Amino acid sequence: MNSFIIAGLLLVLLGVAYQIGWTKSRGPVTTNGVKVHSRPQYHGSLLAIWTLVPAVIVLGLWAYFGGDITRSFTVAQIPTDVVTSLDQMGLNGAIQRIQQIASGYGVTGELAPYEQAAGDSLRSFQLLTFLCVIAAAAAAGIGALLYARSRITPCLRARNMVEQVVTVLLLACSAIAILTTVGIVASLVTEAYRFFTFISPLDFFFGTVWNPKFSSTVAGDYGQYGLLPLLTGTLMISIIAMLVAVPVGLMAAIYLSQYAPRKVRAVVKPVIEIPAGIPTIVYGFFAPVTVGPFLRDVGGLVGLPISATSALTAGIVMGIMIIPFISSLSDDILNQVPLALRDGAFGPGATQSETIRNVLLPAALPGIVGAFLLAVSRAIGETMIVVLAAGNSPVLRGNPLEPVSTITVSIVNQLTGDTDFAGPQSLVGFALGLTLFVMTLCLNVFALYIVRRFREQYE
Amino acid sequence: MTDIIPTGHRATLERAKLIRAGLGRRHLQERLFKGFGMAAIALALGFVALLFADVLTKGLPAFTQSNLRLSVTYDPEVIGVDPAPVRAAGQSDADFRAANLKWQRDVALLNWNKVVEASLRAAAPADYEIDSRQILTIAETNARHQIRDLFVADPSLLGKTVTVDVLASANADNWIKGNIDRELGDAQQQLSPAARGLIDQFKANGTISSGFSRSIFTNVDSRAAPAAAGLAGAFMGSFYMMLVVIILAVPIGVASAIYLEEFAPKSRLTDLIEVNINNLAAVPSIVFGLLGAAVFINYLHLPLSAPLVGGLVLTLMTLPTIIIATRGALQGVSPALRQAALGMGASRTQMVFHHVLPVTFPSILTATIIGVAQALGETAPLLLIGMNAFVASVPATPLDQATALPVQIYLWQANENRNFFEARTSAAILVLLGFMILLNAIAIFLRTRLEKRIREGPRNGHARRQG
Repeated sequence: MNSFIIAGLLLVLLGVAYQIGWTKSRGPVTTNGVKVHSRPQYHGSLLAIWTLVPAVIVLGLWAYFGGDITRSFTVAQIPTDVVTSLDQMGLNGAIQRIQQIASGYGVTGELAPYEQAAGDSLRSFQLLTFLCVIAAAAAAGIGALLYARSRITPCLRARNMVEQVVTVLLLACSAIAILTTVGIVASLVTEAYRFFTFISPLDFFFGTVWNPKFSSTVAGDYGQYGLLPLLTGTLMISIIAMLVAVPVGLMAAIYLSQYAPRKVRAVVKPVIEIPAGIPTIVYGFFAPVTVGPFLRDVGGLVGLPISATSALTAGIVMGIMIIPFISSLSDDILNQVPLALRDGAFGPGATQSETIRNVLLPAALPGIVGAFLLAVSRAIGETMIVVLAAGNSPVLRGNPLEPVSTITVSIVNQLTGDTDFAGPQSLVGFALGLTLFVMTLCLNVFALYIVRRFREQYE
Repeated sequence: MTDIIPTGHRATLERAKLIRAGLGRRHLQERLFKGFGMAAIALALGFVALLFADVLTKGLPAFTQSNLRLSVTYDPEVIGVDPAPVRAAGQSDADFRAANLKWQRDVALLNWNKVVEASLRAAAPADYEIDSRQILTIAETNARHQIRDLFVADPSLLGKTVTVDVLASANADNWIKGNIDRELGDAQQQLSPAARGLIDQFKANGTISSGFSRSIFTNVDSRAAPAAAGLAGAFMGSFYMMLVVIILAVPIGVASAIYLEEFAPKSRLTDLIEVNINNLAAVPSIVFGLLGAAVFINYLHLPLSAPLVGGLVLTLMTLPTIIIATRGALQGVSPALRQAALGMGASRTQMVFHHVLPVTFPSILTATIIGVAQALGETAPLLLIGMNAFVASVPATPLDQATALPVQIYLWQANENRNFFEARTSAAILVLLGFMILLNAIAIFLRTRLEKRIREGPRNGHARRQG
């Protein structure tokens, strides 16, 4: 309620400031014919900015310190002997009761003699401070407004000033993207460092057993945190996914870009790209419910023991998810190969498939490899499909028909719902995250570099 | 001389023969290659079709649900409770609330199962033998709360008989829909033989009827009463998060794209920023979850499970998408427009904001909607900031505990009552996919509409704008 009043008053103040600047800047033109540098809108905006900044600073100060001031005022209303008799929780309770009396809501039970008076004085104190803060903010705003107004002359470069403010705001916005990266790196590195104070990096990166113990077990025995079982699981699933996605995606891209009639392409291309927009949790549901049992039955027919949640299930479903990614990137890249190369092969009588295999693909290879690397980095970082379909069995083994676990699955398992980052049990999530981040970062940088080189080659 | 021509001729003929001999093989290869291409397309399309067919066949049945129509008698013998408190003059809000709460507690302590049981027995054939524990398994456990809430809202119902629609239990629903094999032995069935028989009789005499399942849309998640579990809470959670994403990601994303594309001096630093943003777009989503857990939860002490925090994490995730798309759109604006504006004496800022930006509006809008759709389906980062908690209420503000639609799917697919929740999870997936399709359709619609308007030339609005 109060914030609505404040926002409303602020808006009114801004409107008034804009209007004053607008009107004032129009004055000089009519009186002595001097050309005004900036249009009235800019004078108005400049005045609005001048008004807004001090008012917001005052409000911000109150928002930061106001709570403490009100609290100490409330404590001062409680008789000292009562205060000394209460512990921290009792004091908080007493303050809350007084606040409830002040808000008019009332409290249950007997009123202590001082409470009603304290509630009443708190009520008038709140009203008073609220009015004071509004008045101070308004005074600061109006003061700045008057000062800025007095500076309006025909040669005031109001437009340049407003544009400078706008540029600074734009710069601040683009700094957020940088800060995000800094935040990611800083939080991963600091928390991972804390993890490595518990577990040595050698045991983490080269350990072959993943067996974190709960924090409630014997103190000092944290369990084993070997990365290798998770890494092999991640790689196994990514390889299976690429084995599914690359042939299908690449052939689909070749057909669409080289063979398909324009009309077919216009319909088929968007339909093939639909899976890219489907949330991964949907694939994650689909994998163990439909694909897993199907694979198990097929395996049963040929005598292979395939478990319903396995590296194979997760890999195949992830491959399906990645197909549109590969096909649309490869399609783009094939279309960038100059037509002259293709025509040069058609001239001596090469068939279309010979042209594609011997001319187009070799020419497009770097770009396609870049696309594959981007797809691999996506597969490594994918979470929901593997959480639901990989079987969560962090054991070092090479059989893709059995359940495995991955880096992302372990992050989810170790960190879900746990925010007390005290022991290695939860901190390991950040070490795993750092590993994941570095892996995908290298793949991405390398892939983007290759793709960029490829584009420059044919420009 | 005479020798040479035949020799050359012969060589050509032989080459032609050789080529013709190889043609069959080469054409076969060509057909095979083309066939592989078509097979790949068919396979890719087949996967899409299979996925949708699977989710649809599993999910559509969950939109109908079995309802029980019961005549409930509020028997004074069972409901022995004081009349509801009336507000006395001069009573404070707090006192009245305390008295009211006490009354509601008394009401809640009554044995409402007896009322439910009596109404079920009234609907059953006169001498049907079934014990009270078994008969109660037919109605969902929230039936007693529903009947109690009717009484709390209107205490004058005491002694009257009203018709109430309650949900049949999840197990009863499975039995009716055939989700559980009817031939299985008693040991594997969830319901006793007497209860199953009674359900069939209820079905025959019309006490149980199947209707559209409103509970999916209007109820919150429930553990005790699976048949009453719904998406309302998750929907509001997702709604608040998308609100935060739209309010923060769009202005910040567009502003930084404008800065990088139009204002930033071309230098090492801007190159670095560009590489950084491209990489940020490819960082796995779970890493953003780690960032949220470490910075927002652990360092800034924002509340766990709050849509505000989820929205912030998703905002950081969506930013690169919007920045990259907006930059692409800005790059695509014809240089003629810029030069014309600058030539007329517009400053750089005026050129960007008055002339370039309005033209790119459709692309920015499309990118925004696609980014929001992406954020809507994201699950992994939300698990790390506690949004997978069980929340049985609709969040009133973005700071309350909540789940989100994709997280609700994650929670439901893990429910042990698989026969029932497989269908309900698929239904939740259909709702989520419905929202995604809706968002994308809006994007396409707006895009075509706005592009048409821009092609047709500026109307009143743009024409009057001046520096």
